[in-house]
Amino acid sequence: MTAATARTNGGAAAALLRAHRFRAIELLPWAIAIAVYFLFPGYRLLATQILVLILFAISLDLIVGYAGIVSLGHAAFFGTGAYTAALLADAGWQEPISALALGAVTAGLLGWVSGWIILRTRELTLLMLTMALGIILYELAKDLDDITGGFDGINFENSAILGLFPFDVLYYTTNYWYAFAFLVLGFLVARTVVHAPFGRSLVGIRENVRRMHAIGTPVQQRMRHVYVIAAAIAGVAGAIWVQVQGNITIGVYEFEMSGNILIMLILGGTGRLYGAFIGVTVFTILENLTETVLGTDPPYWELVVGVALVVTVLFAPRGLLGVFDPLIRRFRERSA
Amino acid sequence: MTDIPGAAVLETKGLCKNFGALVVAKDIDFALEPGARHAVIGPNGAGKTTFVNLLTGALPPTSGAVLLDGRDIAGLAEHERVKRGLVRTFQINTLFNGLTVLENIYLTVAERMGVATGLFRPVGSRPEVVAEAERLVEMVQLQDDAGKTIDELPYGRQRLVEIAIALALEPRVLLLDEPSAGVPGAESHIILDAIAALPADIAIMIIEHDMDVVFRFAERITVLVSGAVLASGAPDEIAADERVRAVYLGHGHGQGHGQGQGHG
Repeated sequence: MTAATARTNGGAAAALLRAHRFRAIELLPWAIAIAVYFLFPGYRLLATQILVLILFAISLDLIVGYAGIVSLGHAAFFGTGAYTAALLADAGWQEPISALALGAVTAGLLGWVSGWIILRTRELTLLMLTMALGIILYELAKDLDDITGGFDGINFENSAILGLFPFDVLYYTTNYWYAFAFLVLGFLVARTVVHAPFGRSLVGIRENVRRMHAIGTPVQQRMRHVYVIAAAIAGVAGAIWVQVQGNITIGVYEFEMSGNILIMLILGGTGRLYGAFIGVTVFTILENLTETVLGTDPPYWELVVGVALVVTVLFAPRGLLGVFDPLIRRFRERSA
Repeated sequence: MTDIPGAAVLETKGLCKNFGALVVAKDIDFALEPGARHAVIGPNGAGKTTFVNLLTGALPPTSGAVLLDGRDIAGLAEHERVKRGLVRTFQINTLFNGLTVLENIYLTVAERMGVATGLFRPVGSRPEVVAEAERLVEMVQLQDDAGKTIDELPYGRQRLVEIAIALALEPRVLLLDEPSAGVPGAESHIILDAIAALPADIAIMIIEHDMDVVFRFAERITVLVSGAVLASGAPDEIAADERVRAVYLGHGHGQGHGQGQGHG
């Protein structure tokens, strides 16, 4: 290790070898999440939704931010995980964690199958195909409303988590920690993957596909693998989303879901995992504030979000978190 | 002049490529022996880069065959050919521009060592891979730039990264597509030195415009014109070939000729 770190200037090797280590600041979002539960009990529903959407955004970041596969149909996987969990509960399979795991499996399978076609294409075609998949599933769910409940949805009940902690749709106690726990888990999976050689190779695909072919990478296979991982995590997010509410509608498949999550991710910053935390939180709070202050009719928040996105793209093209990059770099250079 | 068949590590037989009515490769027979230093020259638009793309599998041929170790590799994708030791560099830098020099090499080494699919163990738990990347960075003498991103490097040094990536793949056959293209004269010696220092057992095909480089480096030269082989032979034979002089060397490359004669 020391032999490897000592030789090159600029600490390039040391940086590579240390990249995966946890920093103290990484505790901050979790500390905030824990504090929010106790400080703002009235906002637990909103806070739970934020936690779930962060997990959803992290899964999107794996393909958009790391592998450079831009998707406008990520709700396809979110919705599939959600419907798997909801329909299982509705059919009598009320144990929530196994239902959530099966949601990950069905969403992952959908990723595997659709990825086989979608990932053969590039850029605009790829974008259109991801969108098409989302729209097809939405229309299908709308048509099969005797199964899916359509716009009215289905109410269902899950048994207590581990047989000990019943869901609480009134005060969102258990529900919050359920979402929290799976966000921690999902985040750790994503973080492990991006710091593993696999994750580095995704960045290579994003940076230069032609070069990746020329260094012997089976590019399509690798993209398909991350597509399945992202789909499965999105499926988990979808399952939690409906389990904590005890209700599902075809809204989980809506295009707006795919579009918003992409906007949230871009807002926070892609390719850094933590961008999901910032983007989702800012977006959701902004939406909520605008609705509280200006009302929902007309939906002013769409205007606010639009302006926020334009401002971000113009002045912080690397997302809100990217604003801190120059500061961090200067700090590192000074301390080096 | 024909190449010796059978002993070749890389060979083409009747390789053709058409884009519609446009013929970009016409019946190319070509062979590269182990340890060869073989230059492919030709005027602009002669189909040199197309030929490289046909060899690597980036383009499928219209007809004809590419043989690696005597076996037809038509069914092998580009990345599979790389795994079998067929490696190229690009005429225009094709690198990971936002990543550091070391990361560029690291990705390549990880791929060659077969660890790039690893999902769980972090990069930092495999110091041997990083150390190998560092060794290659030093081989092209970029250790002072290892922590800089490609964007921050002058073009000539970026070219060295192209060569280091190729070396990191441990090629048996190396296709150098105009390695000194775009490099300012004052920097070109670092590229030429790096090429001269390449391991002797690698079979190298170099595409080059600079006749000084060609005659200094090549033991054999093939001239492509309009997608077809016009002539192939030792440097002095090519330099003396009237047809080649007519289409190609006739444009004031006398000094290249002289160096060719002086060549080993």
